[in-house]
Amino acid sequence: MLSIKNIHANVEGKEILKGINLDIKPGEVHAIMGPNGSGKSTLASVLAGREEYEVTEGEVLFSGKDLLELSIEDRAREGLFLAFQYPVEIPGVSTTNFIKAAVNEKRKYQGLEPLDAVAFLKMMKEKMAMVEIGQSLLSRSINEGFSGGEKKRNEIFQMAMLEPKLAILDETDSGLDIDALRIVANGINKLRTPDRSILLITHYQRLLDYIQPDYVHVLYKGRIVKSGTKELALELEEKGYDFITESIDQSANV
Amino acid sequence: MTNVNYFKDQFSALQASDPNELLTGIRKENFDTFSRSGLPTLRQEEWKYTNISSLFDKDYEFAGDGKISPSLLSSLEEMRIEGYQEANELVFLNGRYAPSLSAIRSPETQLIVLPLEEAIDSKYKALVAMHLGQSSSYIKDGIHALNTSFIQGGLFLYIPKGQQLQHPVYIYHLSDAGQHHTLSQPRSLVYVEAQAKFQLAETYRTIGSCEGFTNEVMEIVVEADAFVEYYKIQNDGSNAHQTNTTHIRQMEKSHVHTVVLSLNGGMVRNNLNLVMDARGNETHLYGLSLLRGKTHVDNHTMIDNKMPDCYSNQLYKSVADDASTSIFSGRIIVQPDAQKTNAYQSSKNILLSELASINAKPQLEIFADDVKCSHGCTVGQLDEEALYYLRARGIPKENAEILLLHAFAADIVDQIKLEPLQKHTEKLIYEHLSVS
Ligand SMILES: Nc1ncnc2c1ncn2[C@@H]1O[C@H](COP(=O)(O)OP(=O)(O)OP(=O)(O)O)[C@@H](O)[C@H]1O
Ligand SMILES: [Mg+2]
Repeated sequence: MLSIKNIHANVEGKEILKGINLDIKPGEVHAIMGPNGSGKSTLASVLAGREEYEVTEGEVLFSGKDLLELSIEDRAREGLFLAFQYPVEIPGVSTTNFIKAAVNEKRKYQGLEPLDAVAFLKMMKEKMAMVEIGQSLLSRSINEGFSGGEKKRNEIFQMAMLEPKLAILDETDSGLDIDALRIVANGINKLRTPDRSILLITHYQRLLDYIQPDYVHVLYKGRIVKSGTKELALELEEKGYDFITESIDQSANV
Repeated sequence: MTNVNYFKDQFSALQASDPNELLTGIRKENFDTFSRSGLPTLRQEEWKYTNISSLFDKDYEFAGDGKISPSLLSSLEEMRIEGYQEANELVFLNGRYAPSLSAIRSPETQLIVLPLEEAIDSKYKALVAMHLGQSSSYIKDGIHALNTSFIQGGLFLYIPKGQQLQHPVYIYHLSDAGQHHTLSQPRSLVYVEAQAKFQLAETYRTIGSCEGFTNEVMEIVVEADAFVEYYKIQNDGSNAHQTNTTHIRQMEKSHVHTVVLSLNGGMVRNNLNLVMDARGNETHLYGLSLLRGKTHVDNHTMIDNKMPDCYSNQLYKSVADDASTSIFSGRIIVQPDAQKTNAYQSSKNILLSELASINAKPQLEIFADDVKCSHGCTVGQLDEEALYYLRARGIPKENAEILLLHAFAADIVDQIKLEPLQKHTEKLIYEHLSVS
């Protein structure tokens, strides 16, 4: 599904990612954890194609295609979805119209007819129920005046509508209250299928209690410094990052 | 300017043929102004960015008595504004009001429509004498004087006291530049009596491949407690140039709401004057220019607060792409007597190309102390973060830009309170943005 090989990336001339390797197979859920500023969102941005991020080395294959050669929109239409850590507010663009445009752009890319109003509405209803999001939110401008939790829920709703092959969820759990976390996590679980992969970026074990990952990776200073199974997350929760980062910083100082 | 002699000959002929003293007097005075000052040049502060005189390197002529060809009729059909079945449709052909092409759908109890010359011969003579040509005391440049020098075939509208007009008035300006470069000079006087409510929209079309220049003046008097909505839709060819002045005089506690929408065109100058001649008025002025190619649109507003307690709010937005030019100049005068004036002004612009240009300039002249005035101006680009978000959902870059431009335009379009006209402009904007 996704194969990242030795990715190095710069922002404003500064190297943030220093050789990332990661393989995600269809249906797998991977979690990436790591201290603030370690490069988690940068990795997500590089995969989504954000233009400020310059890839200086390495390659990424997505369903066999050279991902880095594709435009931002083509990556999305190939089935890559990024739920943003900080979704942007876009006043004046209605959420519903935007999602309809996005769904139909994807269909066009796949050679399908656009959904008619009735079919679109039906799909909306179904997915709204799945992530428990209300109509009133969707008739407003994109994220405008949404609370933090509402923005996150809207991201997952878009994921449900776009049915991606690979979803990268960047701290979708942060800013959610306990009930919202459960609802969003249940929504994500309903979207788990044998051929849909998920990359979860999170700081907290709590999300991983709901969505059990197949693998957990620790990103530190632009590298994946440790990988393991879901038990690794529990260990981190208990001990903090120090037990990993200390040894790395020491070896770097030698 | 090459054809001064042409205008002299035309002027003499017009004056000789017309016995009407009121009109010949106004014309004479203004032709003197025109002869003295000529056309505005870039050296004049008010015309710093708009080189109207350069257009007159070409020889413009007035159209002859327009024969109404089938192609004119079909152009007229095409320019009708949505909701026309319910509207009074008034046509100016080559700058002259054409009653035979017009359709008046309001009863006479609600709306009086007369050729200006006829109004002068009627019981409205005193009204016309009092209000026609008032704009000349505010705008003394040659192009405005040129219109007034040739007042002929004008239009008079009168809305009687307390009438809440059911049907709006749509004015279609059709000019034929098929034979030669054509100068059209529409002139109208609108009198809205106390407590009346009135909606007016104007739009323009030039046919033929020569250059067309429309030089229009409209004066509107809004009596006490009356409510006027005024809309101007400019979406003409790149050979269609325009200077127009809408001069509005507001009496006590009246309410004026205007929207000027500019899409395609050549060189366009819009003057919008508001004279607060009594206290307690409320005024909202909106503008939206979505420009590309070489279209040049210069919006000049002027609010003269002469009396206390008036409120005005202006929001002008523009987007300039390709090699287009957008100008906004907003002048607010607060006279010594105009205490408790509230005057707000804002200009928001998006520059999409290095070859395009945007100029926005407020001009506050405040001579009273107890007033609230503010102005603000921004020039920016499309929001990169928003573009990224939309593209990350699979929406191609161009479409994402169009979505953001629609969003930028939306709050001005919302100010078009006349529903069919709002739909009409939404459609125009949609087509305009889609073919970029
Ligand atoms: N556009 C940018 N300009 C400058 N520096 C940047 C930019 N984007 C990221 N960085 C820097 O790159 C580093 C990694 O940032 P990133 O957002 O990827 O961290 P993160 O692991 O997602 O952190 P957090 O857990 O706080 O979300 C940080 O030091 C950050 O300041
Ligand atoms: Mg982050």
